[in-house]
Amino acid sequence: MTDIEVLDGSPAAPPRDNGELVFEAPWQSRAFGVAADLVDSGHFTWNDFREYLIEAIVEWETLESSGQQSWDYYSCWVTALEQILKSRELLEGDEFETRATHYASRPHGHDH
Amino acid sequence: MTETHDHSHETNADSSEIRTAALEDLLVEKGIVDRSRIDSLVERFEHDLGPMIGARLVARAWRESDFQSRLISDADEVLRQENIRGAEIEHVEVKVNEPGIHNVVVCTLCSCYPWALLGLPPAWYKSPEYRARVVREPRKVLEEMGLSLEPDTEIRVWDSSSETRFLVLPEQPAGSEGLGLEDLAALVTRDSMIGVAKALNP
Repeated sequence: MTDIEVLDGSPAAPPRDNGELVFEAPWQSRAFGVAADLVDSGHFTWNDFREYLIEAIVEWETLESSGQQSWDYYSCWVTALEQILKSRELLEGDEFETRATHYASRPHGHDH
Repeated sequence: MTETHDHSHETNADSSEIRTAALEDLLVEKGIVDRSRIDSLVERFEHDLGPMIGARLVARAWRESDFQSRLISDADEVLRQENIRGAEIEHVEVKVNEPGIHNVVVCTLCSCYPWALLGLPPAWYKSPEYRARVVREPRKVLEEMGLSLEPDTEIRVWDSSSETRFLVLPEQPAGSEGLGLEDLAALVTRDSMIGVAKALNP
Protein backbone atom coordinates (compact mmCIF):
# COMPACT_ATOMS: atom_id res chain seq x y z
CA MET A 1 0.00 0.00 0.00
CA THR A 2 1.48 3.34 -1.01
CA ASP A 3 0.69 6.76 0.35
CA ILE A 4 -0.91 7.75 -2.94
CA GLU A 5 -3.39 4.94 -2.66
CA VAL A 6 -4.26 6.00 0.84
CA LEU A 7 -4.88 9.58 -0.20
CA ASP A 8 -6.94 8.71 -3.25
CA GLY A 9 -8.61 5.75 -1.68
CA SER A 10 -10.42 7.56 1.07
CA PRO A 11 -14.08 7.33 0.11
CA ALA A 12 -15.11 10.09 2.46
CA ALA A 13 -12.71 12.83 1.49
CA PRO A 14 -15.26 15.57 0.86
CA PRO A 15 -13.49 18.22 -1.21
CA ARG A 16 -10.40 16.82 -2.87
CA ASP A 17 -7.71 18.47 -0.83
CA ASN A 18 -6.85 15.63 1.45
CA GLY A 19 -3.99 16.63 3.70
CA GLU A 20 -1.38 17.28 1.06
CA LEU A 21 -2.77 20.55 -0.28
CA VAL A 22 -2.45 22.87 2.66
CA PHE A 23 -2.79 26.23 0.94
CA GLU A 24 -4.92 27.02 -2.07
CA ALA A 25 -2.94 30.08 -3.13
CA PRO A 26 0.56 31.39 -2.40
CA TRP A 27 -0.76 34.45 -0.53
CA GLN A 28 -2.51 32.14 1.93
CA SER A 29 0.77 30.48 2.82
CA ARG A 30 2.40 33.91 3.29
CA ALA A 31 -0.46 35.06 5.54
CA PHE A 32 -0.05 31.90 7.58
CA GLY A 33 3.73 32.20 7.67
CA VAL A 34 3.68 35.84 8.82
CA ALA A 35 1.45 34.87 11.75
CA ALA A 36 3.60 31.83 12.55
CA ASP A 37 6.76 33.95 12.55
CA LEU A 38 5.15 36.53 14.85
CA VAL A 39 4.14 33.74 17.24
CA ASP A 40 7.59 32.13 17.05
CA SER A 41 9.30 35.40 17.88
CA GLY A 42 6.98 36.01 20.82
CA HIS A 43 4.91 38.98 19.62
CA PHE A 44 1.74 37.11 20.54
CA THR A 45 0.55 33.57 21.13
CA TRP A 46 -1.70 31.43 18.94
CA ASN A 47 -4.33 31.78 21.63
CA ASP A 48 -4.10 35.58 21.42
CA PHE A 49 -4.44 35.33 17.67
CA ARG A 50 -7.37 32.96 17.95
CA GLU A 51 -9.45 35.63 19.68
CA TYR A 52 -9.01 37.93 16.70
CA LEU A 53 -9.66 35.11 14.25
CA ILE A 54 -12.96 34.25 15.94
CA GLU A 55 -13.93 37.91 15.82
CA ALA A 56 -13.13 38.14 12.10
CA ILE A 57 -15.12 34.98 11.38
CA VAL A 58 -18.11 36.24 13.36
CA GLU A 59 -17.89 39.51 11.47
CA TRP A 60 -17.90 37.66 8.16
CA GLU A 61 -20.83 35.52 9.25
CA THR A 62 -22.77 38.64 10.18
CA LEU A 63 -22.04 40.23 6.81
CA GLU A 64 -22.74 37.03 4.98
CA SER A 65 -26.49 37.26 5.41
CA SER A 66 -26.45 40.42 3.36
CA GLY A 67 -24.73 38.47 0.61
CA GLN A 68 -21.53 40.48 0.57
CA GLN A 69 -18.77 38.06 -0.21
CA SER A 70 -18.15 34.36 -0.53
CA TRP A 71 -16.47 32.43 2.25
CA ASP A 72 -12.72 32.68 2.37
CA TYR A 73 -11.07 31.46 5.55
CA TYR A 74 -7.75 33.13 4.86
CA SER A 75 -9.41 36.49 4.28
CA CYS A 76 -10.64 36.23 7.86
CA TRP A 77 -7.11 35.22 8.81
CA VAL A 78 -5.65 38.37 7.21
CA THR A 79 -8.27 40.57 8.87
CA ALA A 80 -7.39 39.00 12.23
CA LEU A 81 -3.70 39.62 11.57
CA GLU A 82 -4.31 43.28 10.72
CA GLN A 83 -6.36 43.78 13.87
CA ILE A 84 -3.92 42.13 16.27
CA LEU A 85 -0.99 44.02 14.72
CA LYS A 86 -2.82 47.31 15.17
CA SER A 87 -3.75 46.52 18.74
CA ARG A 88 -0.13 45.59 19.50
CA GLU A 89 0.99 48.78 17.76
CA LEU A 90 3.17 46.84 15.35
CA LEU A 91 1.28 48.68 12.61
CA GLU A 92 0.80 52.39 13.15
CA GLY A 93 -1.61 54.98 11.84
CA ASP A 94 -2.66 54.43 8.27
CA GLU A 95 0.63 53.04 6.99
CA PHE A 96 -0.96 49.72 6.22
CA GLU A 97 -3.93 51.12 4.26
CA THR A 98 -1.56 53.43 2.41
CA ARG A 99 0.64 50.52 1.39
CA ALA A 100 -2.29 48.33 0.34
CA THR A 101 -3.76 51.14 -1.76
CA HIS A 102 -0.37 51.75 -3.32
CA TYR A 103 0.04 48.08 -4.24
CA ALA A 104 -3.49 47.97 -5.63
CA SER A 105 -2.72 50.83 -7.98
CA ARG A 106 0.42 49.24 -9.40
CA PRO A 107 0.24 48.10 -12.98
CA HIS A 108 -0.21 44.40 -13.52
CA GLY A 109 2.85 42.28 -13.63
CA HIS A 110 4.71 44.61 -11.33
CA ASP A 111 5.35 42.64 -8.20
CA HIS A 112 8.08 42.76 -5.62
CA MET B 1 -14.57 50.54 -3.68
CA THR B 2 -13.21 51.72 -6.98
CA GLU B 3 -15.52 53.13 -9.59
CA THR B 4 -14.20 51.07 -12.42
CA HIS B 5 -15.53 47.60 -12.80
CA ASP B 6 -12.40 45.52 -12.79
CA HIS B 7 -12.59 41.78 -13.08
CA SER B 8 -9.14 41.33 -11.69
CA HIS B 9 -9.45 41.39 -7.90
CA GLU B 10 -5.69 41.76 -7.57
CA THR B 11 -6.07 45.45 -8.29
CA ASN B 12 -8.46 45.98 -5.40
CA ALA B 13 -6.94 47.28 -2.15
CA ASP B 14 -9.49 45.14 -0.30
CA SER B 15 -8.21 41.93 -1.83
CA SER B 16 -6.59 39.61 0.65
CA GLU B 17 -3.74 38.95 -1.73
CA ILE B 18 -2.85 42.65 -1.89
CA ARG B 19 -3.31 43.10 1.84
CA THR B 20 -1.10 40.12 2.63
CA ALA B 21 1.69 41.45 0.41
CA ALA B 22 1.40 44.89 2.02
CA LEU B 23 1.43 43.38 5.50
CA GLU B 24 4.42 41.14 4.88
CA ASP B 25 6.47 43.88 3.22
CA LEU B 26 5.78 46.42 5.95
CA LEU B 27 6.69 43.98 8.70
CA VAL B 28 9.85 42.91 6.88
CA GLU B 29 10.92 46.56 6.48
CA LYS B 30 10.34 47.12 10.20
CA GLY B 31 12.42 44.05 11.00
CA ILE B 32 9.50 42.40 12.80
CA VAL B 33 9.30 39.36 10.54
CA ASP B 34 11.88 37.73 8.33
CA ARG B 35 11.20 36.29 4.88
CA SER B 36 13.48 33.30 5.22
CA ARG B 37 11.96 32.41 8.59
CA ILE B 38 8.51 32.65 7.02
CA ASP B 39 9.70 30.43 4.15
CA SER B 40 10.91 27.73 6.48
CA LEU B 41 7.81 27.87 8.70
CA VAL B 42 5.55 27.48 5.67
CA GLU B 43 7.76 24.68 4.39
CA ARG B 44 7.47 22.86 7.70
CA PHE B 45 3.69 23.11 7.82
CA GLU B 46 3.33 22.11 4.18
CA HIS B 47 5.66 19.12 4.21
CA ASP B 48 6.78 17.97 7.65
CA LEU B 49 3.54 18.11 9.59
CA GLY B 50 0.67 15.95 8.62
CA PRO B 51 -1.72 13.18 9.55
CA MET B 52 1.03 10.54 9.40
CA ILE B 53 2.05 11.54 12.92
CA GLY B 54 -1.43 10.91 14.31
CA ALA B 55 -1.77 7.79 12.16
CA ARG B 56 1.29 6.19 13.78
CA LEU B 57 -0.18 6.78 17.22
CA VAL B 58 -3.46 5.17 16.17
CA ALA B 59 -1.69 2.20 14.60
CA ARG B 60 0.31 1.61 17.74
CA ALA B 61 -2.82 1.92 19.88
CA TRP B 62 -4.43 -0.81 17.75
CA ARG B 63 -1.47 -3.13 18.27
CA GLU B 64 -0.72 -2.46 21.92
CA SER B 65 -3.62 -2.35 24.34
CA ASP B 66 -1.42 -0.88 27.04
CA PHE B 67 -0.41 1.98 24.77
CA GLN B 68 -4.06 2.50 23.87
CA SER B 69 -5.06 2.77 27.54
CA ARG B 70 -2.34 5.29 28.19
CA LEU B 71 -3.29 7.32 25.12
CA ILE B 72 -6.91 7.46 26.23
CA SER B 73 -6.24 8.26 29.86
CA ASP B 74 -3.45 10.82 29.37
CA ALA B 75 -2.61 11.69 25.78
CA ASP B 76 -0.48 14.65 26.87
CA GLU B 77 1.85 12.35 28.79
CA VAL B 78 2.16 9.96 25.82
CA LEU B 79 2.95 12.84 23.46
CA ARG B 80 5.64 14.05 25.85
CA GLN B 81 7.16 10.58 26.01
CA GLU B 82 7.00 10.22 22.23
CA ASN B 83 8.59 13.64 21.87
CA ILE B 84 5.70 14.95 19.79
CA ARG B 85 5.56 18.67 20.39
CA GLY B 86 4.40 21.79 18.68
CA ALA B 87 1.75 24.42 18.47
CA GLU B 88 -1.87 23.65 19.08
CA ILE B 89 -1.49 20.45 21.04
CA GLU B 90 -1.05 21.81 24.54
CA HIS B 91 -3.89 19.56 25.67
CA VAL B 92 -5.14 16.67 23.57
CA GLU B 93 -7.92 14.22 24.33
CA VAL B 94 -8.31 10.99 22.41
CA LYS B 95 -11.87 9.80 21.79
CA VAL B 96 -12.36 6.13 21.01
CA ASN B 97 -14.79 4.82 18.43
CA GLU B 98 -16.34 1.51 19.33
CA PRO B 99 -19.40 -0.43 18.26
CA GLY B 100 -22.38 1.82 18.99
CA ILE B 101 -20.33 4.97 19.63
CA HIS B 102 -18.90 7.26 16.97
CA ASN B 103 -16.92 10.41 17.70
CA VAL B 104 -16.51 13.41 15.41
CA VAL B 105 -14.54 16.62 15.93
CA VAL B 106 -15.34 20.21 15.03
CA CYS B 107 -14.31 23.71 16.04
CA THR B 108 -17.52 25.70 16.05
CA LEU B 109 -15.86 29.08 16.61
CA CYS B 110 -12.91 28.97 14.24
CA SER B 111 -10.46 26.25 13.25
CA CYS B 112 -8.81 24.71 16.32
CA TYR B 113 -7.14 21.45 15.36
CA PRO B 114 -4.21 19.35 16.63
CA TRP B 115 -1.62 20.66 14.14
CA ALA B 116 1.28 18.60 15.43
CA LEU B 117 -0.73 15.38 14.99
CA LEU B 118 -2.68 16.07 11.80
CA GLY B 119 -1.08 19.06 10.10
CA LEU B 120 -3.20 22.07 9.20
CA PRO B 121 -6.94 21.46 8.87
CA PRO B 122 -8.58 20.86 5.49
CA ALA B 123 -10.71 23.62 3.97
CA TRP B 124 -14.02 21.91 4.74
CA TYR B 125 -13.17 21.68 8.45
CA LYS B 126 -12.95 25.49 8.54
CA SER B 127 -16.07 26.11 6.49
CA PRO B 128 -19.13 27.77 8.10
CA GLU B 129 -21.30 24.90 6.83
CA TYR B 130 -19.39 22.13 8.56
CA ARG B 131 -18.88 24.13 11.76
CA ALA B 132 -22.56 24.90 12.09
CA ARG B 133 -24.15 21.77 10.72
CA VAL B 134 -22.13 18.93 12.23
CA VAL B 135 -23.35 19.98 15.67
CA ARG B 136 -26.98 20.30 14.61
CA GLU B 137 -27.31 17.30 12.34
CA PRO B 138 -24.16 15.17 12.60
CA ARG B 139 -25.71 12.03 11.12
CA LYS B 140 -26.80 13.85 8.00
CA VAL B 141 -23.48 15.65 7.56
CA LEU B 142 -21.51 12.42 7.96
CA GLU B 143 -23.78 10.71 5.49
CA GLU B 144 -23.20 13.49 2.96
CA MET B 145 -19.48 13.00 3.48
CA GLY B 146 -19.83 9.31 2.69
CA LEU B 147 -20.08 7.82 6.16
CA SER B 148 -23.33 6.00 6.92
CA LEU B 149 -23.67 4.94 10.54
CA GLU B 150 -26.10 2.45 11.98
CA PRO B 151 -29.27 4.20 13.18
CA ASP B 152 -28.64 3.14 16.78
CA THR B 153 -25.03 4.35 16.83
CA GLU B 154 -24.60 7.25 19.20
CA ILE B 155 -22.73 10.18 17.65
CA ARG B 156 -20.65 12.30 19.98
CA VAL B 157 -19.57 15.68 18.62
CA TRP B 158 -16.53 17.27 20.27
CA ASP B 159 -16.07 21.02 20.01
CA SER B 160 -12.39 21.98 20.01
CA SER B 161 -11.25 25.03 21.87
CA SER B 162 -8.12 26.90 22.78
CA GLU B 163 -7.83 24.57 25.79
CA THR B 164 -8.58 21.19 24.25
CA ARG B 165 -7.89 19.52 20.91
CA PHE B 166 -9.30 16.13 20.00
CA LEU B 167 -8.10 13.10 18.10
CA VAL B 168 -10.49 10.31 17.18
CA LEU B 169 -9.21 6.77 17.56
CA PRO B 170 -11.05 4.96 14.78
CA GLU B 171 -12.04 1.32 15.04
CA GLN B 172 -9.48 -1.08 13.68
CA PRO B 173 -10.75 -2.52 10.40
CA ALA B 174 -11.43 -6.23 10.24
CA GLY B 175 -8.69 -8.27 8.67
CA SER B 176 -5.88 -5.91 9.65
CA GLU B 177 -4.91 -7.72 12.84
CA GLY B 178 -1.71 -9.27 11.53
CA LEU B 179 -0.33 -6.15 9.90
CA GLY B 180 2.80 -4.32 11.01
CA LEU B 181 2.89 -0.78 12.32
CA GLU B 182 3.59 0.94 9.01
CA ASP B 183 0.94 -1.01 7.11
CA LEU B 184 -1.59 -0.29 9.82
CA ALA B 185 -0.73 3.41 9.85
CA ALA B 186 -1.41 3.51 6.10
CA LEU B 187 -5.04 2.61 6.84
CA VAL B 188 -5.48 5.56 9.18
CA THR B 189 -6.61 8.54 7.13
CA ARG B 190 -6.76 12.10 8.33
CA ASP B 191 -10.54 12.02 7.96
CA SER B 192 -10.82 8.95 10.15
CA MET B 193 -9.01 10.81 12.94
CA ILE B 194 -11.41 13.76 12.63
CA GLY B 195 -14.25 11.27 12.70
CA VAL B 196 -15.82 11.90 9.30
CA ALA B 197 -14.67 8.54 7.91
CA LYS B 198 -13.72 5.07 9.04
CA ALA B 199 -10.21 3.70 8.72
CA LEU B 200 -9.53 2.09 5.36
CA ASN B 201 -9.90 -1.64 4.88
CA PRO B 202 -6.66 -3.51 4.27
